[in-house]
Amino acid sequence: MRRWLADRWVMGVALLVLAYLSLPIIVVAGLSFNRPSSRLSYDFHEFTLDNWTHPFPTLEMRDAVVRSIEIGLIATVISTVLGTLMAFALVRHGFRGRAGINGLIFLPMATPELVMGTSLLALFVAAQIPLGFWTIVIAHVMFCVSFVVVTVKARLAGMDRRLEEAAMDLYASEWQTFRRVTLPLVLPGIVAAALLAFSLSFDDFIITNFNSGTTVTFPMYVWGAAGKGIPPQVNVIGTAMFAIALLVVGASSLQGRRARRAALAAPVAAVGAPKSAS
Amino acid sequence: MSALAHVPTSSGQPAAPPGARRGRSRLLPYLLLLPGAAWLLVFFVLPLLQLAAASLYDPSGSISTGYAMTWAFGNYPDALQQYWPQLARSFGYSAIALVLALLMGYPLAYGIAQKAGRWKNLLLVAVVAPMFTSFLVRTLAWKTILSDNGWVVGLLRDVHLLGADGRLLATPFAVVLGLTYNFLPFLVLPLYASLERLDPRLLEAASDLYASPLRAFQKVTLPLSMPGVIAGTLLFFIPATGDYINAELLGTPNEYMIGNVIDSAFLVRLDYPQGAALSFLLMAAILAIVFVYLRKAGTEEVL
Repeated sequence: MRRWLADRWVMGVALLVLAYLSLPIIVVAGLSFNRPSSRLSYDFHEFTLDNWTHPFPTLEMRDAVVRSIEIGLIATVISTVLGTLMAFALVRHGFRGRAGINGLIFLPMATPELVMGTSLLALFVAAQIPLGFWTIVIAHVMFCVSFVVVTVKARLAGMDRRLEEAAMDLYASEWQTFRRVTLPLVLPGIVAAALLAFSLSFDDFIITNFNSGTTVTFPMYVWGAAGKGIPPQVNVIGTAMFAIALLVVGASSLQGRRARRAALAAPVAAVGAPKSAS
Repeated sequence: MSALAHVPTSSGQPAAPPGARRGRSRLLPYLLLLPGAAWLLVFFVLPLLQLAAASLYDPSGSISTGYAMTWAFGNYPDALQQYWPQLARSFGYSAIALVLALLMGYPLAYGIAQKAGRWKNLLLVAVVAPMFTSFLVRTLAWKTILSDNGWVVGLLRDVHLLGADGRLLATPFAVVLGLTYNFLPFLVLPLYASLERLDPRLLEAASDLYASPLRAFQKVTLPLSMPGVIAGTLLFFIPATGDYINAELLGTPNEYMIGNVIDSAFLVRLDYPQGAALSFLLMAAILAIVFVYLRKAGTEEVL
């Protein structure tokens, strides 16, 4: 009994902490079905499906969500391209100034968002660049690039270079090798990096707050509404974001498992499938 | 890698293709790096320099009349004198939140890494799941959970841990709880990564040599997981100190942290020199603490 307890208490504490981490999500999902008693009330009052059937109570909120998606997509494309190129240079090539480049990529991840936001604002003001949609895009690309580099780099570093050598040995040109072998192998890393960049951009508040001028993104909308009462539909967007992210993670892990199983099965099938070795 | 790139090329050969390819590939990395590095230089490094300059502007200027550069170093002591409580609170709150996060995060990371078996991946997803939804929306959810009419406050009042009119919302407790919650996954992930590599046979060996579980933890588990503790601590502490969303949404002006002050300096009061000076003070303080911490912890491999 004592042994059993000693073995299990860690897991018990772990599950309690997980409950603490999950509680707000459950509350957000619950509140998305809530008809609040007043505009400023955050308590659960009455069950309704209205929030889900009418997710945008105001045009302002709809525009904010659409704008966040637009900014997220543009920032994702730019930062994924820039970051992937840098990752290739770092993993595949020797060059002078590697330490400097590594520092340049690491520093934005270690700097408080507050400092990045205010310093970019100081620059835009000094250069008299009007704040708005494009200054937000610039800011988002800036803080996403590093995360893209790290993600793609991890995938590239774990890749078997002999596959490319084999392609070259079979007279594939450099471009063909890249197009038919390298790119498909790195693609999962690039897709993961792009998803990460989009979610960072879509959810960013602090840096956006300093560089948006009068442009309103979804987090800016929530911040502005916090004072005068948050419409319950905000929880619908929050729940939908959560569900989509969960689906993406689930699908990719399923995909990965299938690919691994296929890879394991292939040589076995070739030899003639011994009866369940494991 | 770089050693390979510096292998001397047989330059005298007239057979062009390999030589030509090498010539191009020597330039290639710089071309690949150029756009990304340029973006970071112009929109990350240059702004920091501009922020440093702005912190030394003549404080009597304004956005409309423009600022004059007067090397006004006095902005720093002025800002510090006026707002040291908020600065101290930022570090105090995030330090308390960090201790709480370590107490919660360590068993969580250890449980997932060593005890979860086939549930490992599922539990890991549960750790990062809060980040799937919006930071602001999930912070607002705490307003509902800690609400005066909620079951948490009701329960605490029933067991007299809280007075009849005692509340949780709009207190330092709520802000610290929010900080702990919001940044806990950043601490757990690196901790998990280092605990996952821990060989359980080492603990068996310790116990064979008559070490109590506590002693085995002190002498084996904890030292081996130090890189994870350090990385997790930094990933938690840096964003938590600069955060002001929790203080704004879950606290009152009495709980304001330095971020709230900087936000209002730049966006409400439009006092750029002061805002810039405070930003720099925050960054300098964080860097100093990180530096001392890394020296003390004696590991630089995590960076």
